[in-house]
Order: sequence, then C-alpha cells, then structure tokens
Amino acid sequence: MKSLEEMKAIRKKISSDINVSEKGTIRIITGMATCGIAAGAGAIFNKLKETVKSQNLKNVSVGQTGCIGVCQFEPLFEVFMPDGTRTTYVKMTPEKAEEVIKKHIIEGKVIDEYTIGSEKALDQTEFYKKQKRIVLRNCGFIDPESIDEYIAMDGYFALNKVLTEMKPEDIIKIIKSSGLRGRGGGGFPTGIKWELASKNEADQKYVCCNADEGDPGAFMDRSILEGDPHSVLEAMTIAGYAIGSTKGYIYVRAEYPVAVKRLKMAIDQAREYGFLGNNIFGINFNFDIELRLGAGAFVCGEETALLTSIEGKRGEPRPRPPFPAVRGLFGKPTILNNVETFANVPQIILKGSDWFNSIGTEKSKGTKVFALGGKINRTGLVEVPIGTPLREIVEDIGGGIPNNKKFKAAQTGGPSGGCIPAKYLDIPMDYDNLTAIGSMMGSGGLIIMDETNCMVDIAKFFLDFTVDESCGKCTPCRIGTKRLFEMLTDITSGNATMEELSKLEDLCHYIKQNSLCGLGQTAPNPVLSTIKYFRPEYEEHILNHKCRAGVCKNLVQYRILEDKCVGCSACSRICPVGAISGELKHPFKIDPQKCIKCGECMKTCKFSAIVKE
Amino acid sequence: MQKHISNATFKGTKEQKKKLLDAIKKHKQEKGALMPILQEAQTIYGYLPIEVQTIIARELNIPLREIFGVSTFYSQFSLTPKGKYNVSVCLGTACYVKGSGDILKKVSSILGIEAEECTKDGKFSLTACRCVGACGLAPVMTINDNVYGRVTVDQVEGILSKYLE
Repeated sequence: MKSLEEMKAIRKKISSDINVSEKGTIRIITGMATCGIAAGAGAIFNKLKETVKSQNLKNVSVGQTGCIGVCQFEPLFEVFMPDGTRTTYVKMTPEKAEEVIKKHIIEGKVIDEYTIGSEKALDQTEFYKKQKRIVLRNCGFIDPESIDEYIAMDGYFALNKVLTEMKPEDIIKIIKSSGLRGRGGGGFPTGIKWELASKNEADQKYVCCNADEGDPGAFMDRSILEGDPHSVLEAMTIAGYAIGSTKGYIYVRAEYPVAVKRLKMAIDQAREYGFLGNNIFGINFNFDIELRLGAGAFVCGEETALLTSIEGKRGEPRPRPPFPAVRGLFGKPTILNNVETFANVPQIILKGSDWFNSIGTEKSKGTKVFALGGKINRTGLVEVPIGTPLREIVEDIGGGIPNNKKFKAAQTGGPSGGCIPAKYLDIPMDYDNLTAIGSMMGSGGLIIMDETNCMVDIAKFFLDFTVDESCGKCTPCRIGTKRLFEMLTDITSGNATMEELSKLEDLCHYIKQNSLCGLGQTAPNPVLSTIKYFRPEYEEHILNHKCRAGVCKNLVQYRILEDKCVGCSACSRICPVGAISGELKHPFKIDPQKCIKCGECMKTCKFSAIVKE
Repeated sequence: MQKHISNATFKGTKEQKKKLLDAIKKHKQEKGALMPILQEAQTIYGYLPIEVQTIIARELNIPLREIFGVSTFYSQFSLTPKGKYNVSVCLGTACYVKGSGDILKKVSSILGIEAEECTKDGKFSLTACRCVGACGLAPVMTINDNVYGRVTVDQVEGILSKYLE
C-alpha cells in the first residue's frame, strides 16, 4: 500500500524525469496507440532504442505513449530537449529515425523536412492550439503502461483526497454542481445518476464502465484507454466510494486488443500499489475492478443491453423503468458511465466544480473529444470546449476539406445521429443545439463529407448497419429498419416514387416512437436528417433518376466525349464486359445495356474523354 | 446478423478439449461466466462448432439452446472455421466514405468468396468488419494481425499476393 507521502515522492521523482529541463536529459516519445502501431510505430520505437544504445548515448530516454492525436502523420515521435524545445517528427521510417538520432540528438541539427511543418512542434500548430485538453491531458504525453508516470501527473491524488477528506455525499455534490453530463451520447447529468444509485439501499451495488465504443468512426474511448487507462480506474473507484459499491466492471470491446492489454496492466499495477483492493488508503473501503470483453454487438452500447451482456446472456435491452440505478446488473443498483465521462472525474475532484463550470456553454459544461475523420485534411482526435462552432473544428483545427472540394455535411452520433449541413457551420456545438437541429452530440464521431458523397447513400449505409445490429427483440426496430433499408435501396436504384418518400418519413417517425431501446429510437435519425436538409437530392434520385454525387451506381451513366476521344482503344481493352466498341482513331462508344459501371474505363483513359453523369 | 453455420467435420484434439475443460473450471464460479468461456473456447478451436458448445452446455449445466442463442447473437463468435489468413475489410463510416466498399469487392473477386466465407483449401477467409478504430488511416484492411492503412483498390492484389504463395 502506497501512502500519500510515497505518492508525493514518486510524483517528485518521475515528474523531474518527464520535465527534461530539470535533469538535462533528452526525452524521445513514440506514439504507440493502435493507429500508430498499425502505421509501423513498433519498428521505429525499436530502431530508436537500438540507435541510442549503439551510439552509446547516456542522457537520452526513449519512451512510448498513447495516441498523440494526429492520425494522418503516423507513425511519429517527439523530441524534448533540455532547453525546452519540442520537435515533432512525422511519417517516420526506421531509416529516418536513425537519421534523426544522428543529426538532431548528436549534432543538434533539427531535420526540418521531417517535422510536422513550419511550426516544427505539435503544440505550436493550429490543430493543437485551439484545443483544450482535460480528458486527453495525459494522452500522447505519459507512458500508459507506467503507473508512476500517471502519479507524476497528479494521478490517484483525487482518490486519496476523497477517501481521506470527503464523505460520499460531498463527492456527489461536487459532481452535480460541476454540471458534468454523460459523454456517451445521451447527456444525462452524471451527478444525478450517482445520487439515485447512492440512495438505493442494497447488499451489493455495481459501478460499470461502458467501453463498448461501437459507433463506426469513433475512437475517443479507445484512445483514452490506450493512452491513460489509470484515469478510468481512479474515477470508477471514486464512484464506488460515492455510491457505496465494492465492485466495478469495465465492458470493453474485444476489437481493441491494445486497450485490453493496457487495462489489464493498469489493474494489476493499481492492485499492487493498493489503489484497488481492501482498505484503500487505510480506510474501511474495498473496491476491485474486473474486465469483461464484448463480442461485437452494437446494441450492447445501450445500457440495459450492456448489463445483460455482462451477465453472460444475449445482449438484449429491456424496458426502463426500472432504471439501472434501481435494478441494474444482477438485479442490483448500478451506475454505468462512459469512458470519457469517467476520465473527467479526477480532474473535477482536484480542481473543483467551479473550474469545470467555467468551461463550456450554459447547459453543457466541460470539453468534448471528437474523432475527426472522413474528408478532412487533418484527421485525428480533438478535444474542444463544448460549444465550439463546427466551423472552427473543420476549418481551423481540421485544416479544411482536401482537393479543393466543398464541405457538404458533418455526421455526428454515428448510426444514431444525423447530419449537420453547411448552413449550421456556425452554431455552438452542445447537447441541446445539436438535438434541436436533428442531430446529436453522440459519443463523438465526427465524419466530414464533401460534395462527392451522396446523402441518400449515406442514409442507406447507416440503415444497413442498424438492420445488421438490431437485436431483434422488438418489432418496430427489427422489421421497421429492414423496410427502411429496402425503401432506400429502391430510391438509390431509381425504382421509387414520391409516394414512397412520404411513406419512408412516416415509417421513420413510427419506429422512433415505438422501439424499445435507444438503438431503434434513434435508428431513423440518419434518414430524417438527410431528408430534412437534402430533400432535393432524394427528389432527384426519384424523379430524375440522377445521383449528383455520382455514387449510386444504378443511376450513373458513363459516356465518351466524342471531341476528346482519340480512339486509342485503351478503354475497350480494359472493359471487363466488352461494353465499349469502336474503330481505331475514331471516337469509341459505350453500350449502356452491357455496361456494369465499374469505372475502369474512366480510370484508364489518359485523355479525360470519359465522364460519369 | 445472419450467421453462417459450418458443415465441415469437427476435428478437435484431446489437448484442445483439455484446455477447454481447464478454461471452464477457471471461470465456472464467476458471475456471468458464459461469455468469457465462449471467448476462450474460440481462441482454442478458432471457431465454435456445435460439438464445443455441447461440451460447454454439459459442463455449465446450461441448456444448449441458451448457449446457441448467445453464440449466434454476437458477431465476434464464428460458427465457421476461419482460414489460415483471415482478411478483414473495415466497413466503418470513415472507411466507407473513403471507398472501402470497392476494396471489399476487389478482395472478394480475387479470392472468389463472399464475406463470411472461407476458401475451399482453408487458406483464406473474408470478413466485412465494423470499425477497427484506426479511422485516421482509412480505408483499412487487416490480414490476421497485420493492418494495412490507406489502401487503394489497385494495391489489393499486391497485398494479397504476399499471402498467396
């Protein structure tokens, strides 16, 4: 068991290691989250260690960290020099890494062309400066596999504070007055949830963490678990003390092997230091955490379905009430919070609710992490104060849309959310504003789309997802989503009538009102919001058999421009179905009856003589 | 999700059965033990044939239909054997808007199998998976533990050829 004094000693020692200027050492850290590893960070990490050893460099430490947040630059590492300068080297290869050691570390010359850009360091870029990092403060900075580095960043001091100085009801009061709301999407006030569970007497209560990040395009929770797993463990233990529970479960996706590995390590370390187990910090309070792996069911992100799945059953939701705070896991009072929600808690305890209250908008406090992806120049993980306008995220942080294309829409909330069209680029993004315009905050996936994305096709894509993921328990969702999908297929293949469009809308509202759980109640959102903002596109598909983005294959025609075709026959040779014919040195023709619209001809033509319309 | 159920003959070994019984023993006392046991069983056998589910049913004293209900509910559980190389193409949103649908079609046409199928020689299986969380590298495909990011349709043949020999 570590005492407060021992924690302070660790904090002092390790933070002097991290703050290189105090010791005169050089610190190199490599981003080793899943995407970094996928891009080849492992080989670079090894090369750095090898080179430092073979060059016999004594004052250089090579470490790893979680997600640094700039995915498009992976693999990358950062160099911190004793004089306080920071350099971010991006798109590295083992050879380049070796060169950096030789030129930068040994000779002191920064290799400009390998750095992140003219700013040279990540924290100087527009991408970084506009962010406010509370939840991600340690991600990309500390070694997630070291509990000591977490302690160096004030880790477990919040737990010490609540256990030695506070009563459970004080914790709930702080969380309530901080205004923290659930980051999983719903936005339910966290303090109220905890209060409800604390008031229910029971022989056993549970604290559960929802790490079943199922929204395609969202990876905030993975990054927190891979980059700062202890923050979640600390917060769950605080929650356990607040509601009177001794047992916690983290339900994490099996698709996240790195997160699972680091969580397991973190739990072992916390047990070893006595932050989990019996009589934590010498008081009469026991708490332990167990991991449960999900098995790939999107519906398990819904709270009652998740709890049923931990019980070892089919992850089907059940009606509420009773809410989990009354009857949850194994029939006992349970609180279930999302990873990001938990990651805020230790900071709120240490810095107070007034500090947290000062960030964000009137009804939505704090920050939100977004996973920025799709058609955007800088993909990555961004944390901004709630209420930041979408335009700032897209243009300033994200650096705009690639290839001079125009912004068309942003999709938030995954299959449960909706689209934000260009006219709302300036509204402050908070829970209530997004709900008002028919989208939702969601868990934080933010996919940017440009004019080459067809909105009907996007709606169809999400419905295909919900049809697959509907658990089948209630009829409106099981059969309704399937019918929606069929109608959308008709529209995208040019077989629908305007009557079908109005039926489509009616069915959407019916499913929303009558489904059992959140999955079904929100499944029609992608359809409704695209109809709301992009109705002309739906009408074009139906009335003119035209897809303006050129995505819906059945509605697309390939045509050879006679004035541009030189008759080289390249297209007719590549065509897999022999749909193109003609005489050499004369314009060729495509037979629309035979054409399967694979687009090979267009790619092959060197004279831009083939158009898609 | 529609599950493909294999009609391949079950070829479990004695060692595998021993491992399975050990895993069951380890988890039996836990609350909600079925999921961790099925996950370990899948690691041992590579998939969950009905024979394995029957053993679990007998050991845990749970009706087989209940276990079958769980194993068919979750997409991670496979009732068909996986190939030596499992090719998985991500169809998450970020990958989809960047064209992973075409990549899946290309893989499928090269291997001659549809998603959730395994080639006759047992060498390749193909999965269309949901988001693997590497959206910054979209579009993404994985072959066993190797992740390929920013894949284009033209690269697919080259990537697969490394495994074809």
